[in-house]
Amino acid sequence: MNLQATENRPLLAMPADGSIEPVGDRCLMVRLGAQVDEALSRLVHAVAARLLDAALPGVVDVVPAFTTVAVYFQPLAFRAVQGLPSVQLTRQIEQVLAAGVPALASAGRLVEIPACYGGEYGPDLEDVARQCQLSPEEVVTLHSSRPLTVYAFFFSPGNAFAGPVDVRLQVKRRPTPRTRVEAGSVAIANGISSIYQTTSPGGWNLLGRTPWNMFDITADPPTRVQLGDRIQFRPITPEEFRDTVEARP
Amino acid sequence: MSRVVKNKPVMKVERPGMYSLLQDLGRLGHQLIGVPVNGPMDEWSHRLANALVGNPADAAVLECTLTGPRVSFGQDVLIALCGADLQASAEGRPVPLQRPVMLRAGVALEFGERRAGARVYLAVRGGFATEPVLGSRSTYVRGGLGGFQGRALKKGDVLPLGAAEETPLAELLRDSGLPMLADLPRALTLPAHLPGRLRFVPGPHWAHFTDEAKDAFTTLPYRVSQETDRMGARLSGQALKLKAPLELVSEATVFGTVQVPPDGQPIVLMADRQSAGGYPKIGYVCSADLPLLAQSLPGDVLGFEPVTQQAAEELWLASETRLGAACAKAARSLR
Repeated sequence: MNLQATENRPLLAMPADGSIEPVGDRCLMVRLGAQVDEALSRLVHAVAARLLDAALPGVVDVVPAFTTVAVYFQPLAFRAVQGLPSVQLTRQIEQVLAAGVPALASAGRLVEIPACYGGEYGPDLEDVARQCQLSPEEVVTLHSSRPLTVYAFFFSPGNAFAGPVDVRLQVKRRPTPRTRVEAGSVAIANGISSIYQTTSPGGWNLLGRTPWNMFDITADPPTRVQLGDRIQFRPITPEEFRDTVEARP
Repeated sequence: MSRVVKNKPVMKVERPGMYSLLQDLGRLGHQLIGVPVNGPMDEWSHRLANALVGNPADAAVLECTLTGPRVSFGQDVLIALCGADLQASAEGRPVPLQRPVMLRAGVALEFGERRAGARVYLAVRGGFATEPVLGSRSTYVRGGLGGFQGRALKKGDVLPLGAAEETPLAELLRDSGLPMLADLPRALTLPAHLPGRLRFVPGPHWAHFTDEAKDAFTTLPYRVSQETDRMGARLSGQALKLKAPLELVSEATVFGTVQVPPDGQPIVLMADRQSAGGYPKIGYVCSADLPLLAQSLPGDVLGFEPVTQQAAEELWLASETRLGAACAKAARSLR
């Protein structure tokens, strides 16, 4: 994880419309914005790092997403006489964040990830091209010609979500999800690119597939790329894909 | 079947049961790399079972779904069963629920027909001692990690047990050979209010649902569907419609999040849920009522009753207080 808070970094400004809201009775969520973008993602990661660093009593997990940071807590750690646990923790989080959130060290590593586009590996490439009024080759070029920032992992272990995808590739999720998306599939939806780590159902538009295994429990850290890293896809041939495909658990 | 090495405490699996998984209290701290929390479906029964044998609350326990296993141990062990009634027995004698029981070496613990509930929790004094993965012994079957080889138990598995301090009481019991009927609180069952009725706090997208949907969700029955698993309890009933389509940014989900995909059939996210999701959230089931949901079966009918955030938190604290009292009493009786 690149989430260690770093000393002597500029303090990031908290958005005026930020808020803290309960998510059930054992989690709070700090909402930092509404639109997914790189700057907001940097703030989300910095806030997560700051809250991890603060190690507030009762907090059991801190999890950044695209525009929010979830703070899971153990209600029994709070004294009942001082009010509801969620209200006490909200005040504590507000205090931590009011003192300023140090920016994290500049952008993470640049990692080049091989991906075989189109055909059986990217069955939605032509459909995306049609929707965007581009040729399939142009879609590949636009998707692979710029680095994307790793915003978050969720859905399955090591399942990375990165952006921003070129605005000319604006497509929504598919109306009917596929019942089976192959592991390694590289997909886009709503300005974000994802790498499916496990074979699963899924509704994103499949452009290609990487031969890389992105999560290995025996590695430290287990994820091949880290939050805040920049990733850039490198188009490869089906032959290269077959020659370099890595085993997955 | 491998031979039992003397003095090395183990549990041997003679029959695995339908779906028997090791679970501790869950794998926290790794949701940010997409690893689900896992942990028990019914946290109440899990924690109580551990307390009854004198284990720490987060010791790994065997969660057995619908049909229990047939297991035996390489040494005398103190066990406890909590949760579903699957008619447990040992050498033809019924093994009571919610009581610590001394089981002699080599005696098979087995289960019969299901009478109530969906999941029974088998705690063994000392806990199961498999190697933790990312800080937890919980089994994550989809990811193939944790627990015993990342999977449900199979016939012939031999699971290592943790070393446990002998209790004088256990010694006494072993001599008696009888189940131990400790002086425990009478009602250790779930703190249910109305069976089959789950309390929930309206979620962030509550106002985006039609009045008809809000009405249906709070007054009509929803049936647990066959596709229910550890990731989510899928429900079927009147479709819950939005006033207008919502395109949402994925954000945190919790155990109990009720999300509504485009088909309008609600899904309550459970122990193996993903760490974030993008479907509209109509509500959050109160943590205090999650064990009830965990013990429900496909075909069971559930209802939903809205409560305030304050009520939800107070219900959880009351449930913790009640469980804490039972655990403290169990601890005293083991001294």
